[in-house]
Amino acid sequence: MTKGVIYTETVVHAAPEHLLAEAPYQLAIITIDENDSDHAGNRLTVRIDGDRVVIGDKVEFLEDRDNVPFYKKLA
Amino acid sequence: MTDFAHKTWSRAISRAILMIYDTQHPIYGPARRRQQPVMRQVAIIGIGKTAFGSFPDLDLRSLAVEASQACLADANVSPTQVEAFHLGNFAGPAFVGQNHLAPYIAGAMGITGVPATRFEAACASGGSAFYHAVMSVAAGIQDLVLVTGVEKMTSQPTAKVAEILAGAGDMSGEGRAGATFPALFAMIARRHMYQYGTTREHLAAVAVKNHANGAMNPQAHMRKAITMAQALAGKPIAEPLSVFDCSLISDGAAAVMLAPLERAAEFTNKAVRILGIAQTSDYVALDCKTDITAFRAVRDAGAKAYKMAKVKAADIQFAELHDCFTIAEIIACEDLGFVEKGKGGPYALSGETSLTGSRPINTSGGLKAKGHPVGATGVAQLCDITLQIRGEAGERQIERHSLGLAQNLGGSGATAVVTILGAQ
Repeated sequence: MTKGVIYTETVVHAAPEHLLAEAPYQLAIITIDENDSDHAGNRLTVRIDGDRVVIGDKVEFLEDRDNVPFYKKLA
Repeated sequence: MTDFAHKTWSRAISRAILMIYDTQHPIYGPARRRQQPVMRQVAIIGIGKTAFGSFPDLDLRSLAVEASQACLADANVSPTQVEAFHLGNFAGPAFVGQNHLAPYIAGAMGITGVPATRFEAACASGGSAFYHAVMSVAAGIQDLVLVTGVEKMTSQPTAKVAEILAGAGDMSGEGRAGATFPALFAMIARRHMYQYGTTREHLAAVAVKNHANGAMNPQAHMRKAITMAQALAGKPIAEPLSVFDCSLISDGAAAVMLAPLERAAEFTNKAVRILGIAQTSDYVALDCKTDITAFRAVRDAGAKAYKMAKVKAADIQFAELHDCFTIAEIIACEDLGFVEKGKGGPYALSGETSLTGSRPINTSGGLKAKGHPVGATGVAQLCDITLQIRGEAGERQIERHSLGLAQNLGGSGATAVVTILGAQ
């Protein structure tokens, strides 16, 4: 699950209580890259760190924070 | 034909007939032995609603009792005649700290000694309570069933409300990652825009129309028309959705009274018939769905309801659709077959869904302007369709009002209830 493609995304401005300090933040559903044989084609809801992404952008896994996967845009 | 051939044929035919009707036949037998259920026709014989809005002085029970009593009065039914009480409520325990809500509310009206049950299916809680009540009456288990939906939301700060509502999604995945409900529908909108060219103007057109209708509804939360320019300039909530794309956080309750059609005349001369109804489900998490630009549960429920009512999408004259977000009304029009897939955006902008259009949608103002007390919504939609069919919608009354549809959506599409109502 190291790489994926943005299926859809949003930038959340009105955050839930436990994430008030982090807003605005970008959330995305990614499709796991076809070269990742175990999970290819699966979708995953992730947070985006760093540069904003749009549908079709390629992203790679950055780290887990409190069991939330963070991905960043591939250069 | 020779005598021999004739005999052979008649024997073969009679054997085939016997085989089909033989209840002990190994293949056809089980289907023959199963009795076809005899479903009774069901009618709505009364409706009642509170105004929707922010009511600091009214608690959850007061709201539910007010709507229920208005409904009992409208149906000419006394509390002691009620044979079952179905409550639609999403998150009473989280919003106001009270559990065991159905007998808690029923008892306050003197309704005891009957099944009193709360139904929870996120924003489709009201629709689900109604669906199961209709099934009970249709099956002949009860005659007079009161269905009430209620939610008391404004006693909590907005961020807390967002947190509670997020619980209608998958809290182990999308919820933990920070997906509020606006965020889930924002991601749906983004994908719909990407695949079908839907625009911000298409979304805004839904808000403008529903606000215009809500301005004429004395019980609406937001009785204020807005312009396209205002709708496009709203504060961002979850991009591309702004505050004008989101339904309201409201307090309110709504109730309907059911009876078998054959008994309706004992109580009222303005009964409305339930022609078709279906509830279906799908995965809770948005990332489990193959295509997030359509709600499979809505499509399935719609198809089943149309079949039961023996009508087609084109026959539906008006509808109350679940516009929790503007994009949801656009997708509902597609899922229910009012327009082709991907054409919901231009349809919203065309004017065809306005009060004077060919198929008015959300004449009540919808969740957008009427308000969205979550558990009440599914029941309120049925009240609003009933009001139009009876010709009692006042300033909002439409011309063709004998066949209406209500669509209630739970979560980001995990529950859907579609109901088709018709004049007698």
